[in-house]
Amino acid sequence: MLRQIEGSRAVAEAVAACRPGVISAYPISPQTHIVEQLATLVRDGALGTCRFVNVESEFAAMSVTIGASATGSRAYTATASQGLLFMAEAVHNAAGLGLPIVMTVANRAIGAPINIWNDHSDAMSQRDAGWIQLYAETVQEAADLHVQAFRLAEELSLPVMVCLDGFVLTHSFEAVDVPDRERVAAFLPDFRPRQVLDPDDPVSIGAMVGPDAFTEVRYLAHTAHLRALELIPRVAEEFAETFGRDSGGLLHPYRCDDATTVVVALGSVLGTIEDTVDELRRGGDRVGVLGITSYRPFPFAQVRAALRTATRVVVIDRALAPGTGGILAADVRAALTGVAVPVYTVVAGLGGRAITRRSLGEMLLRAERDELEPLSFLDLDDARVDRELARAAGRR
Amino acid sequence: MAAQPIRFFQTGTHVVGNRLLDPADRSVQADEHRFNSLTSGHRACQGCGEALGARYVLDAAMRATGGQVVVVNATGCLEVFSTPYPETAWRLPWLHSLFGNAPAVATGVAAALHAQGRDDVRVVAQAGDGGTVDIGFGALSGMFERGDDVLFVCYDNEAYMNTGVQRSGATPPAAATTTTPAVGPAPGAPFGQGKDLPRLAMAHEIPYVATATVADLRDLEAKVTRAMGIHGPRYLHVLVPCPLGWGSASRDTIRLARLARDTALFPVFEAEFGEVTAVSMLRERRPVREYLEPQGRYAHLFGDPGRPDLVAGIQTLADRNVRRYGLMEEH
Repeated sequence: MLRQIEGSRAVAEAVAACRPGVISAYPISPQTHIVEQLATLVRDGALGTCRFVNVESEFAAMSVTIGASATGSRAYTATASQGLLFMAEAVHNAAGLGLPIVMTVANRAIGAPINIWNDHSDAMSQRDAGWIQLYAETVQEAADLHVQAFRLAEELSLPVMVCLDGFVLTHSFEAVDVPDRERVAAFLPDFRPRQVLDPDDPVSIGAMVGPDAFTEVRYLAHTAHLRALELIPRVAEEFAETFGRDSGGLLHPYRCDDATTVVVALGSVLGTIEDTVDELRRGGDRVGVLGITSYRPFPFAQVRAALRTATRVVVIDRALAPGTGGILAADVRAALTGVAVPVYTVVAGLGGRAITRRSLGEMLLRAERDELEPLSFLDLDDARVDRELARAAGRR
Repeated sequence: MAAQPIRFFQTGTHVVGNRLLDPADRSVQADEHRFNSLTSGHRACQGCGEALGARYVLDAAMRATGGQVVVVNATGCLEVFSTPYPETAWRLPWLHSLFGNAPAVATGVAAALHAQGRDDVRVVAQAGDGGTVDIGFGALSGMFERGDDVLFVCYDNEAYMNTGVQRSGATPPAAATTTTPAVGPAPGAPFGQGKDLPRLAMAHEIPYVATATVADLRDLEAKVTRAMGIHGPRYLHVLVPCPLGWGSASRDTIRLARLARDTALFPVFEAEFGEVTAVSMLRERRPVREYLEPQGRYAHLFGDPGRPDLVAGIQTLADRNVRRYGLMEEH
């Protein structure tokens, strides 16, 4: 049933439909509406015996879910930005322990300078933590991805991060069909942990592993991600069968089949890019979009195949790696190893800067003439930057 | 889980409890059917107070709950020496996550058990002093404040021993560590710093706070048993001498723990909801010098010229403890 609701509420209701046993969270914008909704649902008794634990930090929030998951309860948390960084040590630990925790990241910039608005710097900073990272394009997909996330996490014994753009998706109202409990119950069986803390069958979890076996443990973590590459499309297919709509999967190609210029991006900006592509297509330009849903594991072979007709690729990076440039772009380049097409990195939408159709359109026209620099910044205020650079030069 | 049969070799009347006592009056360790939560074969140093304390604490907790205990362990010596993969010395369900998050992980375990309706299973979290008073303190304070049903045990050896004897927030004044070396006029760890965790725990007004040492193991067992009979957050602070870090002989672990109590440098007491309810009175009080002198970490205080001023300063701290906790009979 379609309802006009806030993105955060859709996510909260989808999580609730997944029957979590323990929820723990620390408030941070723009994640707050999600956990407020869940706290209310728990208080209302809508989640049975589920415990909502208010903690003193994000580090504790992730740690509570670690303890709960290792004890055999389905565990969930949500955070953003500084919060994700504050819990980083435990984020890596959850993956190392193979605990199928699901976490929402309401993507937000990282300070300094402090900025509460949307970009992907937070989740990108944890790209090597060992979590699966899925990026939602719409509120509907954000809700759906959470249901798929628990399935993936529990089948793989890996934690899953569902990333949705802060404010742009968390605080916007859309017509959403939140997965209903009945069908979620059919799609998502009860949690059967790989191992569990049980006095009747004691195990030690979290031993110290030395040089003799550490490489093997890490290798096995990599193979779990390779398995995820196979499972993610299967789960998306099964989701489509159960719920009657496409959500998730590895990639979202749009008008790519004959495209010579392909834009690669992830998250909510895909909608704006698709609109821009439609416009350019009306003028006869062979332009397409490749949306990445599964950023970790990164589907190298699938990306390469989806870009087979491209003679140039433009990657929209909503995060910056100072000193190197694009983060997503580096993976796209790796996917195209040996393929002689230029890959342009366009850093865009940092700290909530709007990415408009007009800017995208102008940028793409330049790209089609191969006039883009290898690394450029969309809508950069050159005058302001030049002034500051001149001042800095004067101080030296 | 089946109990591991334990062979006792009676070498003296006080070793594992007096056989002449009624079984109900014997110590947990004297019971050949005790759980032996931490088995032999681990990698702790000779004379390790922490290994001794942990075995007594957990065996007592297992007995008190009929074997229904889950343990969460912070990073540290206890974790490293007990679980070198693929071996484990633990015979109970045991989880190690990180250095600073044991209280929060324990909260998660307790929350999951409650959600699953398994309130018969109890949670014990344990850490060294670094994992408790420093890196884990925020999480511990949060756990206390929320009222989570966890017994948190700190095995306090007064420095970061696992990483090679660096100062912690529990290192006592004048003690030399590798990061508070007593060089030239520098006196070791400074006076006036550090945290008194039992009193900080009391400030949270939790149901039960107790201190103990490995010199009085019956007292330690009794406090664990008492703690497991209470719900909500409970805190047990156990002084565990470390021969490596203290520069003491392995055979002196128990003696030093006893001297810490008898000098009043380590007051042994119980508190409920923020108020002291019982103290271990000192029958024969010892001067702090007797406790300090056998320890290498205080060697710079003695000899010629030594630092009698610092010894006097430490004596002042002991005197304050006597007053604060009423450790001596009034005459």
